[in-house]
Amino acid sequence: MEFFQSLLGPFWPVVWTLVKIVAIVAPLLLGVAYVTYAERKVIGYMQVRIGPNRVGPLGLLQPIADGLKLMMKEIIIPSGANKKLFLLAPVLCMAPALIAWAVIPFTPELVLANIDASLLFIMAITSMGVYGVVLAGWASNSKYPFLGAMRSAAQIVSYEIAMGFALVGVLMAAQSLNLVEIVKAQQGASFFSWYWLPLFPLFLVYMISSVAEINRAPFDVAEGESEIVGFHAEYSGMAFAVFFLAEYANMILVATLSSLLFLGGWLPLFDFAPFTWIPGFFWLIAKICFVLFLFLWFRATFPRYRYDQIMRLGWKVFIPVTLVWLLFIGGMMQTPLGYLFH
Amino acid sequence: MPEIRNYTLNFGPQHPAAHGVLRMVLELDGEVVMRADPHIGLLHRATEKLAEHKTFLQSVPYMDRLDYVSMMCNEHAYVMAIEKLLGLEVPIRAQYIRVMFDEITRILNHLLWIGAHALDVGAMTMFLYAFREREDLMDCYEAVSGARLHAAYYRPGGVYRDLPDSMPQYQAARMPRHSESDIKLMNSNRHGSMLDFIEDFTQRFPTYVDEYETLLTDNRIWKQRTVDIGVITPERALAKGLTGPMLRGSGLAWDIRKQQPYEVYDRMEFDIPVGTNGDCYDRYLVRMEEMRQSNRIMKQCVDWLRKNPGPVITDNYKVAPPNREAMKSNMEELIHHFKLFSEGMHVPEGEAYCAIEHPKGEFGIYLVSDGANKPYRLKIRAPGFAHMSAMDEMARGHMIADVVALMGTMDIVFGEIDR
Repeated sequence: MEFFQSLLGPFWPVVWTLVKIVAIVAPLLLGVAYVTYAERKVIGYMQVRIGPNRVGPLGLLQPIADGLKLMMKEIIIPSGANKKLFLLAPVLCMAPALIAWAVIPFTPELVLANIDASLLFIMAITSMGVYGVVLAGWASNSKYPFLGAMRSAAQIVSYEIAMGFALVGVLMAAQSLNLVEIVKAQQGASFFSWYWLPLFPLFLVYMISSVAEINRAPFDVAEGESEIVGFHAEYSGMAFAVFFLAEYANMILVATLSSLLFLGGWLPLFDFAPFTWIPGFFWLIAKICFVLFLFLWFRATFPRYRYDQIMRLGWKVFIPVTLVWLLFIGGMMQTPLGYLFH
Repeated sequence: MPEIRNYTLNFGPQHPAAHGVLRMVLELDGEVVMRADPHIGLLHRATEKLAEHKTFLQSVPYMDRLDYVSMMCNEHAYVMAIEKLLGLEVPIRAQYIRVMFDEITRILNHLLWIGAHALDVGAMTMFLYAFREREDLMDCYEAVSGARLHAAYYRPGGVYRDLPDSMPQYQAARMPRHSESDIKLMNSNRHGSMLDFIEDFTQRFPTYVDEYETLLTDNRIWKQRTVDIGVITPERALAKGLTGPMLRGSGLAWDIRKQQPYEVYDRMEFDIPVGTNGDCYDRYLVRMEEMRQSNRIMKQCVDWLRKNPGPVITDNYKVAPPNREAMKSNMEELIHHFKLFSEGMHVPEGEAYCAIEHPKGEFGIYLVSDGANKPYRLKIRAPGFAHMSAMDEMARGHMIADVVALMGTMDIVFGEIDR
């Protein structure tokens, strides 16, 4: 490493950061590919069928075949579409889903940018994703995608608030905006010290609004394939694939966030012998997989909400619940029982 | 200031929820439907006109293709109309077989309906669960007629042949690899006769319906999506000519099987479920209960059919072919066979309307004969056509997502609407 450092001289920090970015993004994209595979397999078994099993052993090469197929396909640009915005939209969707990973810690040390306000950074970045969706619907100049964009804009904006309030509870409990500090604050004897228990209502609100945030069933009204086909109805080939990748990258992102914020990140289930032997990184992966499994399970089980019902749920249920619980936590912290919430 | 106009959306014919080829022009205010204008005719195949150029027997398979998810029920109305004109008595065993297959068909239809309806509302798992059970029933179709969908099993004067003594068995395919024990398990209820298989099904089926209800009936999202959606009052339902579950969902216990029993329905014990509010949720409950009742009827038919062997088609050689043995040895029978399959049967002059309680509602055949070997006119009364006409009234003021739920609840199949 020192050899490279001397070779590149002043460029070394840039190159080293790029290497780290690749080290995060490459496994992430592979993860995205295999989340699609896992989704098809898991939902397949839930639906008494077996899912993909033709390409490669157990169908393991299926995501690669799908990716190749989409890359080979033509990107059709509708004649009435605004070409520049049409092509910009998938990028705008994908970029935030990847940028947010810059501040995600995998272990206390393993993090690309351990900044103090990492939670705020994530909030800011993930809010950008909706622009991609809105732009896709608008630039397509087509009626169904336009409806999808309208729905998505309204939905994401309102769930952002509920989600934000749920996170305020976490930062009140942890007294920090830094993700590493938040996880460290959850350290305790067992999983009962993680924040899902003291902040249980917020945990529920966060889990549900994160499903809404990433446009997954039962909140997939922006896509709503049986109603309006989706905001990306006019997209094909790689342009469509980028939306697809963004959706799954976002899924992994919110799963990671819920693991870090409420499920103790890399902390083991119990803080004693056999459990502490497993490295923290694998604990984190296991928790992410668990949350992802929940997302898939939701999709296999629930019917889809109607668009106005989603809004009602967001504004009339989640936001009041979070506000009340925030006040409650704030009040309790001033009493001798406050240690329960730290 | 520019004029504000409603958003006009062309819903279908190429839409995942259009149930085939429905094209609907929706006038939207935001997402709220102001007017729904269904356009039909994209699946028009001129069945009624074709029937005027075919012998009576040749039109039976066309009936399968009307409502292609309740095949035998369509045939049933058609052959009953012919029998009515001929004044023909159908052997009692054939009547039981017909009733049993009508109920199998009703379950087939309702299973497809619940699958498609739930899929439209977003619960995709229901679809595959429903198809798992459909598979068993289609095997019954196949065992009895040789075809899984378009059976052509009912004949004027009875049914094509008696129930088989054995069920087809699963065999190992190269892929996916099933072990010997898997195959054995899949064949475990297929060793006896077809009646054994159906009886086994009637025992399993109620638990399956329970499973569906676990997934949907008390599901908050499902209720939010269906309760108070597409409410239609009993008066309006009658005025619009709605029949079947669409009418019973509004609280009117009208069922042709009870009101004007045909075949042996008067000997069957079953209940007619009715709703109270006339919304999508009530119609859902009505159809779920109908599946249980159909199951009951099937069981009664199986019990009777086990005990009472007999002929399954009339011995009137002007209508039904003689058996092959007699045909090979006897001139008279040979001539009958030849005449029947070349010229076809002659139906006396007159007109008849025959309606049955089809899974979707009242399915009727109006037949006019001038005494020739072809119908002079055949008119098909398709329940879905009347349901479609209520679409505008039911959809007004609801949102796009509800239109999709409405199409599900109407159980639309374009084969019968466009004919």
